[in-house]
Amino acid sequence: MNEDTPVHIPSGGTLGAMRAIFMRDLRLALRRRADTAAALFFFVIVASLFPLGVGPEPALLRTMAAGVLWVAALLASMLSLGRLFADDHADGTLEQLMLSVCPLPLIVLSKMAAHWLCSGLMLSLVAPLLALQFDLPGEAIGVLLITLLLGTPLLSLIGGIGAALTVGVRGASVLLSVLVLPLCVPVLIFGAGAVDAAVSGLTVGAHYSLLAAMLVAALFLAPWAAAAALRIALD
Amino acid sequence: MQLSDINWFKYAAPQRFYPLAGKLLPWCAAVAVLLCVAGLALGMFIAPTDAQQGDAYRIIYIHVPSAWMSMVIYLAMAFWAAIGLIFNARLAAMLATSLAPSGALMTFIALWTGALWGKPTWGTWWVWDARLTSELVLLFLYIGFMSLHAAIDDIRRADRAAALLAIVGAVNVPIIYFSVKWWNTLHQGASVTVTKSSMATPMLAGMLIMALAFWAYCIAVSLARLRVVILEREQHTQWVRAELGVRS
Repeated sequence: MNEDTPVHIPSGGTLGAMRAIFMRDLRLALRRRADTAAALFFFVIVASLFPLGVGPEPALLRTMAAGVLWVAALLASMLSLGRLFADDHADGTLEQLMLSVCPLPLIVLSKMAAHWLCSGLMLSLVAPLLALQFDLPGEAIGVLLITLLLGTPLLSLIGGIGAALTVGVRGASVLLSVLVLPLCVPVLIFGAGAVDAAVSGLTVGAHYSLLAAMLVAALFLAPWAAAAALRIALD
Repeated sequence: MQLSDINWFKYAAPQRFYPLAGKLLPWCAAVAVLLCVAGLALGMFIAPTDAQQGDAYRIIYIHVPSAWMSMVIYLAMAFWAAIGLIFNARLAAMLATSLAPSGALMTFIALWTGALWGKPTWGTWWVWDARLTSELVLLFLYIGFMSLHAAIDDIRRADRAAALLAIVGAVNVPIIYFSVKWWNTLHQGASVTVTKSSMATPMLAGMLIMALAFWAYCIAVSLARLRVVILEREQHTQWVRAELGVRS
């Protein structure tokens, strides 16, 4: 190459950068399917442990189902959140991403989206099968699916703030859970509450609205907070 | 003397705030002790026995002030942590770190005395009431703040990360409170709300005096803690070496 070689300027601008990072993270996750599968199996195992602990009585299990499945989904998400920034931090990619022209919150949003596709979405799709183990009625299973589809992105977003705060810290995974779980309490309350309401025959519209409202607020605010946290961690 | 002549940031330097804190400390402590004695005397001996709860209600003089302080200190901690983050001010971050343990203690006392109050009056140690649950989550937020600060080795990075966490938590606390409140009313469980129907004046006065006593106590203890934190963090400076040399 000499000075006459045309310089290749990447096309697509900000959206192109976001798409590139999104596809990269997806590709990396697909190459290491074991990580995603492990979180999924954790979810299944934890949800199966509860009936073993409290006894097989169907009425009791039906009452607990919403809460147990939601808590298990929360815990499985917490486990997989460590992956969000840790690998990129370890090999120096994160610092390069922070130097990019593309705004850091948007880069973080792309990473969170890719992370959700590989963890939260999978959990939501497996949850109805587990709900059958708990003898949840059909309509409630539908509500469970929708609330998980609304709630797991929230977990990825809020958890992403925690992951950014604990990048490179010792004992990051447990600390992450300690930091993020109290912040996820409203999501748990409305998500599990919606399923309970469906089982009792009450309307779930309000629960959906509140979950969706929290999701929209988090979509705007969480990437910004996580980007600030990354700058604190790495500058 | 004009406003522009005043150096508003004079005490923002740890070196200048340290002696000021040392001077304020005994006064705050004395005020705390006096108000505590006055409040407890008023509350334990002068205030009448409650019509519904008998004498068991008297734990209110510890319970309500500590609950109020737990919330006030969280706001103060988040405020000073934000100042430290925005203006890159060391002392503000040190103050936030010093406030956290007092806040956590107040939260714990509120929960503990609440349980002690609940057993004779409600018949149970714990109930998933909106206020109890959000107070419990507040305790978790304090513990999270202190854990994150302790886990990061670089002290300035720890200050900034914990500050961000405190701000995110402060934004989240009203959401948590209202979500738990709604959850609780949906459940309509066995929780009996404690109605404080127009309190007798000695009761109210006693409670307010105890609240001020707790406030003075928390300020005194936080200032004492802040002085230690300043000495620890600025130990490489000449003034601290002189200070410690004089003391030892």
